[in-house]
Amino acid sequence: MNVESKIMREILSATYTRIAISVLLGFAIGSVFMAVFNENVVATYETLFSNPGLTLQTAGQTIVDGYGALFKGSIINLSADNPVSMFRPITETLRLAAPLIMAGLGVALGFRVGLFNVGGTGQLVMGLLGATWVSTRMELPYGLHMVLALVVAIAFSMGTGALVGFLKARTGAHEVIVTIMMNYIALDLFTWFLRTPGLLLEEGGGGNPKSDPPALTAQLPRLLGDEFKLNIGILQALVAALVYWWLMERSTIGYRFRMVGHNSNAARAAGISVERTYVWAMAASAAFIGIAAANQGLGETGGLTSSIQANIGFDAITVALLGGSRAGGVVIAGLVFGAFKAGSPSMQIIGVSPEVLGIIQALIVLFIAAPPLIRAVFHLPKPEAK
Amino acid sequence: MTKTEVTPGMFSLSEVRPSWKTPSVLALFSGIVLVLFGFLGKPGDVTYNLSNKGDIFSVPDVVVASTFANVVLGTLMLLGAVYSAWLTIREKHTPMWVSLVAGLLGATGLLGWLAAGNVVPVSFILGSAVVLAVPIILGALGGLMSERVGVVNIAIEGQLLTGAFMAAVVGTITQNLWFGLIAAMISSAILSMALASLAVKYLVDQIIIGVLINVLVIGITNFLYSQWLASSGEEANFPGTFDIIAIPYLSGLPIIGPALFEARITVYLTFILVPLVWFILFRTKLGLRARAVGEHPTAADTVGINVGRTRFWWVTLGGAIAGLGGAALTIGNVGAFGREMAGGLGFIALAVVILGRWQPFYVSAAALLFGFAIILRVWANGVSPGIPTDFITMVPYLVTLIAVAGFAGKVKAPAASGQPYIKG
Repeated sequence: MNVESKIMREILSATYTRIAISVLLGFAIGSVFMAVFNENVVATYETLFSNPGLTLQTAGQTIVDGYGALFKGSIINLSADNPVSMFRPITETLRLAAPLIMAGLGVALGFRVGLFNVGGTGQLVMGLLGATWVSTRMELPYGLHMVLALVVAIAFSMGTGALVGFLKARTGAHEVIVTIMMNYIALDLFTWFLRTPGLLLEEGGGGNPKSDPPALTAQLPRLLGDEFKLNIGILQALVAALVYWWLMERSTIGYRFRMVGHNSNAARAAGISVERTYVWAMAASAAFIGIAAANQGLGETGGLTSSIQANIGFDAITVALLGGSRAGGVVIAGLVFGAFKAGSPSMQIIGVSPEVLGIIQALIVLFIAAPPLIRAVFHLPKPEAK
Repeated sequence: MTKTEVTPGMFSLSEVRPSWKTPSVLALFSGIVLVLFGFLGKPGDVTYNLSNKGDIFSVPDVVVASTFANVVLGTLMLLGAVYSAWLTIREKHTPMWVSLVAGLLGATGLLGWLAAGNVVPVSFILGSAVVLAVPIILGALGGLMSERVGVVNIAIEGQLLTGAFMAAVVGTITQNLWFGLIAAMISSAILSMALASLAVKYLVDQIIIGVLINVLVIGITNFLYSQWLASSGEEANFPGTFDIIAIPYLSGLPIIGPALFEARITVYLTFILVPLVWFILFRTKLGLRARAVGEHPTAADTVGINVGRTRFWWVTLGGAIAGLGGAALTIGNVGAFGREMAGGLGFIALAVVILGRWQPFYVSAAALLFGFAIILRVWANGVSPGIPTDFITMVPYLVTLIAVAGFAGKVKAPAASGQPYIKG
């Protein structure tokens, strides 16, 4: 049997016990980082041996405060005096989770076909290029404008992804290297477009590479009125997840995708063109990332800079791994990491660096993606061989 | 059970038919230099400044019209392309030096085009390119060492960051840069041990584990930077840099003297490590065994080589070298750790391994191309504002892309690279 697909299957069939342990362990180690380097705790180190209780107490307080701030910033703010600021955190979580879910689905699709799409950034940026062009350089009626921008974003991303698939199928070049190179090329190209007058540079803009704000007719409509920034992106993400589920679990093309992912030799023997499947799979993977690109480009009310890509293409890898490449799992993983993003500012305010969430995020996924690690540490039994 | 497929022609270049890719790429670039920079180039004289004052052999500056220089250089490159095409017709391979010389000529032409009516400080640009290339070279050496034994190392970025961070922090706390250097190598080696044992012993997907190690190291260093280093920079992140050592006599040579022989210890260590790794890989029994493990682990196992152990130690040692590359970023250049300061150099190193065909010398040349592109972007903004520098930065990535797509048919990667070996 193909070893790689065996490993992928092991990751996919992560048991709930192991997921729970991974999450707990991630937060536990994160707490250690949070406490050990906190200013208040560091101040007690002088009396560490004479009064260890003080250090422990301060450390405990720091951890409680830190996660408290995370909760307050991402779920519900109980100390707020009006309902808008009370419920804003959860809407921010949903808003920030949307692009992570969409892009996560794209990377997940790649994993199911045995392709590692590290090129989320490049595909996202090319999608942004298309979406920004439509949203700032064209005049169309309300609704149609947004739809066209979305379609163009998907098309641009798909094209970029298909090119990777084509290079892999035609020349055998490894998709990881190709996509990493495409990331840089796309970023440079996008910056050049943003920098050049007449292309995407804002009207009467200064020297900084920045576009006009997307036209009002192209911006994503807001869901809960102007009080909240939440837009229809989260609904798009849920629809995308449904499409992904149907595509992968119910459609013929998804069956073909999975077959190539399980064992490309068997698929070839069964008469499937593995090469063509790679091209389509990379295009489909990038299409989901294109939806995320439109979400980033049309969800803003100000001008765009290249930082609008917000590292979503890379975060999508951890989302897909945490979600086990399943539609439902990716949605949950996207929500979790969206909550991390939403809660960061309130952690910053109380003096806990929100970067600790990056550590927790990486650790959780590391433990889940490396089943033997957790198994070795906790002496869990190996799943029965089938 | 894994079955390693041995591709015919894997061990010898002569069995592979030469392709038209090299001559075509050469022709394309010579066309750009000849037409865009030459015939359609910018008016004005360009001064190539070849030696500093006080050099032992003083070479006068070369002053030529920018367009004329590019026509000459472009023609020379075109001759290279023709030679390469002639070799291809006769079913011979274009030697690497042709591409290297053409690249050098092209770079000179680009400099002359950018600096029409201005001065090109050749030694300064070359020296900066070398300093910027050192982390890439060392990172790529680490990556090469693990790929040669069959472990794909995507975690170079993480290794560089670890090295950069530890060098800065340990160097500051101990007030001794050598301790910083050693700490960088050891910490990065330990990180690689994690990669190696997960990949070799526990058979976790090598690429996934590499990506996750990167994410983890970026997370940890970002956190420590903002929570600790940013507020107590004086005590923890103020190591300074190694002194610049000028090698007597050699540093007085024109052009290459100031560029190569007035440098920090990290640059000299790179000069030693590149040939050393090459020698061990290709001229010793140790290297032969390592390559055997990377090409055909089953065969290596059959003759009594311990595949797992070989992989583990080569990946670990490679990690130590990549850690040195990280140290070169902080105590070998900038003098302090910055947030995500590897900034993608690890991924560039990954590409450089392939561009340099898993061979230390070619890898170093490829890394120099990237170092050159980085310094060029900075310098070009100064001498010739308005040039779309985004395209200059893009060139190395495009070259890598073409090369990866072009080489792939020739099966030059160690055959078992990326595949776990299960004894059985």
